[in-house]
Amino acid sequence: MGFVRKTALPLWLLGWGAEFLLADMSHLLALLFHQGVLDEQFLHLRQLQDETSPNFVYEVTSIYFRESENLLMNLKLLLTEKEHSDYTKIKVHVNQIMGSSSSIGANRIRNACVAFRAVSDQHNRVGCLRALELLEKEYNYLKNKLHEFFQIEQQRSLAARARYPLPN
Amino acid sequence: MGIDAGMWKLAGSSSSSSTCRRFHASSLGGSSGEVKALVVDDSRINQMLHHKLLDNLGVENLVVCNGKEAVDIHVSGKQFDLILMDIDMPVMNGIEATRKLRDMGIRSVITGISSHTLDHVKQEFIAAGIDEYHEKPLTSAKLLSILNKIKHKD
Repeated sequence: MGFVRKTALPLWLLGWGAEFLLADMSHLLALLFHQGVLDEQFLHLRQLQDETSPNFVYEVTSIYFRESENLLMNLKLLLTEKEHSDYTKIKVHVNQIMGSSSSIGANRIRNACVAFRAVSDQHNRVGCLRALELLEKEYNYLKNKLHEFFQIEQQRSLAARARYPLPN
Repeated sequence: MGIDAGMWKLAGSSSSSSTCRRFHASSLGGSSGEVKALVVDDSRINQMLHHKLLDNLGVENLVVCNGKEAVDIHVSGKQFDLILMDIDMPVMNGIEATRKLRDMGIRSVITGISSHTLDHVKQEFIAAGIDEYHEKPLTSAKLLSILNKIKHKD
């Protein structure tokens, strides 16, 4: 019987684990949909993933988090650095986060952007700071959950390979 | 066309964005293989998304980062059946680019795609010459309906 050296677990047990990990992934996604964190656009994204682009969803979401992080930082600076905020720039940044959030199915972040845009249109600085706080909270929640999701996906992929190892 | 679908090629373009990439995708021999498309969007996420959508449907496609690059590529002689045009872009936005392309006599189907829900912006986009407008994000179903219209138009 084969063993995976690092884990000292039999191959058949690791392979069995792939099913459990798949269930974990499904439960996590179901939770995120139920909470309204993600919408069906995320499923469309997953459907685009295939053998020619096996990490498509991971790549797209990584770019999304990288770009959103910069935009959120810029928003913070725009609202805190000067006495009078540049609401045109704020709106541009919020629109950018909103657009990319729609594209990956980040529903609650998108909704937070809609609310942010409304207070920004009123030139309401206090409102914008509150909106930014909410936006950051939603962003961090999604980021943590998707990080968890991709970790499970990676473990599942390893476990599946352990179950069906390539012949020597 | 000899280039693998999904291959990324760094464009030595005059775009102001140093991270602008052009995607070249060969036809995968699908039913939409005859159609050529141009994706005009400054968002890298949407570039990837629309490129992948078109690729999966076997549509040969090119991606540019702003309206000026869309105009320049037509000036260079390239032609497309379908142009997916975003509104808000640096250098030249989608409304201006659409206007310029129509003034040049470009008869491609131009589909405006944006997250704008403001009526006056949509109206301005339509007045500039787009054939239809879709809210982001574009899905396979929406894209298929656009491609079917192009095929029936021919």
